Amino acid sequence: MNAADWLVLLGTIVGIAAYGSWRTRQVRSLNTYMRGNAATRWGTIGVSVMATQASAITFLSIPGQGFESGIGFVQNYFGLPLALIIVCAVFLPMYRRLSVYTAYEFLGRRFDQKTRLLGAGLFLLQRGLAAGVTIYAPAIIISTVLGWPLTPVIVFTGLLVIVYTVTGGSEAVAVTQKWQMAVISAGMVTAMVVLLLRLPDGLGFIGAAHVAGALGKLQAVDFSLDPSRRYTVWTGVFGGLFLSLSYFGTDQSQVQRYIGGASLREGRLGLMFNAVLKIPMQFVILLLGALLFVFYQFAPHPVFFNQAEWRRYAQDVRFRDIEAQHASAAAQSQSAIRAWLQARASDDAAREASARAAMIAADDRARAVRADAKAALAAADPRAKTKDSDYVFVTFILTQLPHGAVGLVIAVMFAAALSSKASELAALGTTTTIDFWRHFRPLAAADEARNVRVARHFTAMWGVFAVAFALFAGFAENLIEAINILGSIFYGVLLGLFVVAFFLRRVGGSAVFFAAVTAQALVIGMYFSLNIGYLWYNLIGCATCIGFSLALQMVLPPQAPAGQSRAG
Amino acid sequence: MTPAPRAEESPEGEAPGVPGFRTWRGVYVFVFGWFVLVVLLLSVFMEIFS
Repeated sequence: MNAADWLVLLGTIVGIAAYGSWRTRQVRSLNTYMRGNAATRWGTIGVSVMATQASAITFLSIPGQGFESGIGFVQNYFGLPLALIIVCAVFLPMYRRLSVYTAYEFLGRRFDQKTRLLGAGLFLLQRGLAAGVTIYAPAIIISTVLGWPLTPVIVFTGLLVIVYTVTGGSEAVAVTQKWQMAVISAGMVTAMVVLLLRLPDGLGFIGAAHVAGALGKLQAVDFSLDPSRRYTVWTGVFGGLFLSLSYFGTDQSQVQRYIGGASLREGRLGLMFNAVLKIPMQFVILLLGALLFVFYQFAPHPVFFNQAEWRRYAQDVRFRDIEAQHASAAAQSQSAIRAWLQARASDDAAREASARAAMIAADDRARAVRADAKAALAAADPRAKTKDSDYVFVTFILTQLPHGAVGLVIAVMFAAALSSKASELAALGTTTTIDFWRHFRPLAAADEARNVRVARHFTAMWGVFAVAFALFAGFAENLIEAINILGSIFYGVLLGLFVVAFFLRRVGGSAVFFAAVTAQALVIGMYFSLNIGYLWYNLIGCATCIGFSLALQMVLPPQAPAGQSRAG
Repeated sequence: MTPAPRAEESPEGEAPGVPGFRTWRGVYVFVFGWFVLVVLLLSVFMEIFS
């Protein structure tokens, strides 16, 4: 990175944060601090929902996913539009009618205070621990590739987001997310254009797509019912629906993005904006990864993209052998692809089939060498990081993009990290203030200035906690997966609480509370005693919470009429 | 401290205010149709380049 890159990077990231702080420096109203400007229109809400979901890992890992496994991962988003329709039709109208600040306030109104505290507690536990990862994960990749020390990157990112989120709350989050999404869009379009321009002469997008398709990278849709397949239309629609409903309907970091706004219409249109655009957006990011795969068939590339990790261990002759094998396999693969392109142009079907088989065999050999490289790393040190797909896109950025554009695309990663982190901090601060602090100090609820002050303190406290956790997380292995597991363990029961609240009117607070506690204990017990994919715990937690609620309600007295319980 | 409920917002009575749509149900059907179309387009894309 040169001076132009630094100028673009710091100018955009610090500039947006400073603008957000300045624009919202006079926020005094609790409603504005927690729900944003009451005049917010659907475009801002839609962008804010999108920016909250799109973390830095989206732009680092998803192109790597496309590079490594193709674009089939897009099916994971197939449940999202359906979930957003349900949120629009059922969840959002109820949240707005009750005029709640948090989703968990609704549980208090519908059931009782203990159920509300349980829901809010599950959210704080899961999202609070995940908060450190959203800073740590991109920081470790960027600092590794650029050779920057990790601690200053984490501290700088954390302080930046703390300053503007604490200053303007939800309003600052929405204001900055608009500009951060603009930076993200500009950076990703720039990267795609440069990638297409860097493809070999005569290949172009169509030729590159044919190569990617022939090598199995464009298997976008799989209708197979085979349960061993990781990504299919069915897992995407059903699993994705379930996960998206949990995330958009019950996670305060998302709920806070759409419950404010000028009217119910604006919130609904903001969500529908995401329902329409999310799958095409993820498709384009994955396609970028598949095209990167084609690009690197014709361009020199390392056998292992995390070069810092490779150089740390690759000292002996065995690693030199692997590098030599990789160079040979890459050359053979490139020749085989060129031969296939010529055969394809010849209209000779037999020649094309033969060349295609040779090309696939060459690709298999190249893959085998990469697998050997990872195995060698693991053999050299079992703690070595053997996953390098997250480093593919950032390697392309640093080696292929012109100066200025490098700074812009690195800014994409920081903008995405800040936008998702800001939503998390605002949600954690709001939930702690509204569902816990005000619950235990009900008389303080009337003092608006004190409420805003306390919310600022809690937001800052969660920010400091996230930074401290991110710094500590450097010692942990497989942290991201651990956080995903933690989320799956708690998300299911949380969704179960809301499903019962919305759809099972005859179930009361005590039944659902004890059902949720039992279901949560069961899920935790199963996690420690069974060996099943952790995503299943979302379904198990939700289903058992619903089932236990119905069973308990049969033996417990009917619930008290709604409105008897105290609302915050 | 929590603002009063917004009794005036009737979820089904409010028109979406989107040209071509008179009800929210129509908007939801459109979004679902768009989703089906996207899946079909992805299938066609896959067939063309496989």
